[in-house]
Amino acid sequence: MPPDHNLTDYVDPYENHRHGGPLRVGLGGPVGSGKTALAAALCRTLGAEYDLAVVTNDIYTTEDADFLRRNAVLPDDRIEAVQTGCCPHTAIRDDITANLDAVELLEARHPGLELVLVESGGDNLTASFSYGLVDVQIFVIDVAGGDKVPRKGGPGVTASDLLVVNKTDLAPMVGADLDVMRRDSATVRGDKPTLLISLREDPAATEVAEWVREQVRARALQTT
Amino acid sequence: MTAALLTLADSRLPAGGHTHSGGIEQAIAAGRVHDPSSLAAFLLRRLQTAGAVASGIAAAACGGADLAVLDAECDARTPSPALRAASRQQGRGLVRVGRRAWPSPVWDALPAAPHHPVALGVAAAAGGLAPRDAAAAAAYLSISGPATAAQRLLAMDPLTVAAVTARLSPEVDVVAEQSTSRATGSPADLPADTDPLLDLLAEVHTARRDRYFAS
Repeated sequence: MPPDHNLTDYVDPYENHRHGGPLRVGLGGPVGSGKTALAAALCRTLGAEYDLAVVTNDIYTTEDADFLRRNAVLPDDRIEAVQTGCCPHTAIRDDITANLDAVELLEARHPGLELVLVESGGDNLTASFSYGLVDVQIFVIDVAGGDKVPRKGGPGVTASDLLVVNKTDLAPMVGADLDVMRRDSATVRGDKPTLLISLREDPAATEVAEWVREQVRARALQTT
Repeated sequence: MTAALLTLADSRLPAGGHTHSGGIEQAIAAGRVHDPSSLAAFLLRRLQTAGAVASGIAAAACGGADLAVLDAECDARTPSPALRAASRQQGRGLVRVGRRAWPSPVWDALPAAPHHPVALGVAAAAGGLAPRDAAAAAAYLSISGPATAAQRLLAMDPLTVAAVTARLSPEVDVVAEQSTSRATGSPADLPADTDPLLDLLAEVHTARRDRYFAS
């Protein structure tokens, strides 16, 4: 009989085993909503404040990583790309092994790391990150996908720690009603925050960056 | 046998196996696997080469053989650097989940990223299993992962892929039995039937930028 088979007082000695270490932020959302653009914006805005790195889960290995190198002025040794075996969703929620390997590699390479962004491959509205992989998660949708998306819900929209509705500048052109999106988001998300932004108009992603700063501060308080 | 074997061989065990194709992504790219019969042929060949090697190492590791020696034997049986890296990557993933699933002092004898069959043998021992069980898990996993990868890449009928895998059960048992019987003596006598085709596929695959799988 294996040594630990008593379930009545089951304690997992490794659960929540991370003491200190960087804040891990998941960036999820449908294809083309602006996940990589947001990651690049956060790198530019927060790169001077925090020791940071990025893990990308592209369908092919290097598309997003190459974009980040060009647009975020992030050195190669701060970007890790993982292969997800045609299943980006599995790699961030059901079997997070490859992503944990990448995060731990970055943490070992940069011992002072304060912030790690884990960007998922583009997926659908049911995609979400396991909290075994990230501390908080941002779900990114855009107005061009239709103003009904918040109402449709799905774990990414309803349960993410921050919902970002990107490309508000396109709303008049695609006939999306931002008030509807704001109202529906509030309805399905309760107290959880939603930010409507345009990365084209605000390439610094000011509001999202401020939210991330709050999370870094909150984690620092937790772990000290 | 205990039910721990079912957990160990379950493709849903979060040990990172779903990101590896066992060479079949490159076999498909090379046109060698394209339908159920070529899939079955590839899986049988993999089972009787890489699968036999892995099941021998796993059985010996479960049986208490020196793990450092086994890790070196595994290196010697894996000429492709890409395959050695893939094996250690999967070993690391299995250690991560295994030591939480089956807490045991035996894990402490392992390096952080051992070869996958070594980690598998240790996981089996920690789960209260016998060497024959470890060998069966290794043999089965040598075909179940690639079969799933082929299903995804070729959009094959999942029922067909399940049938192909299930029909190889007798061959899986034979490999597990033979490997176990060779796992009690000197580690040098463990199965060493490596396949140059798999080595070549892995080396071509690892240089590609447009791959879906880690190996």
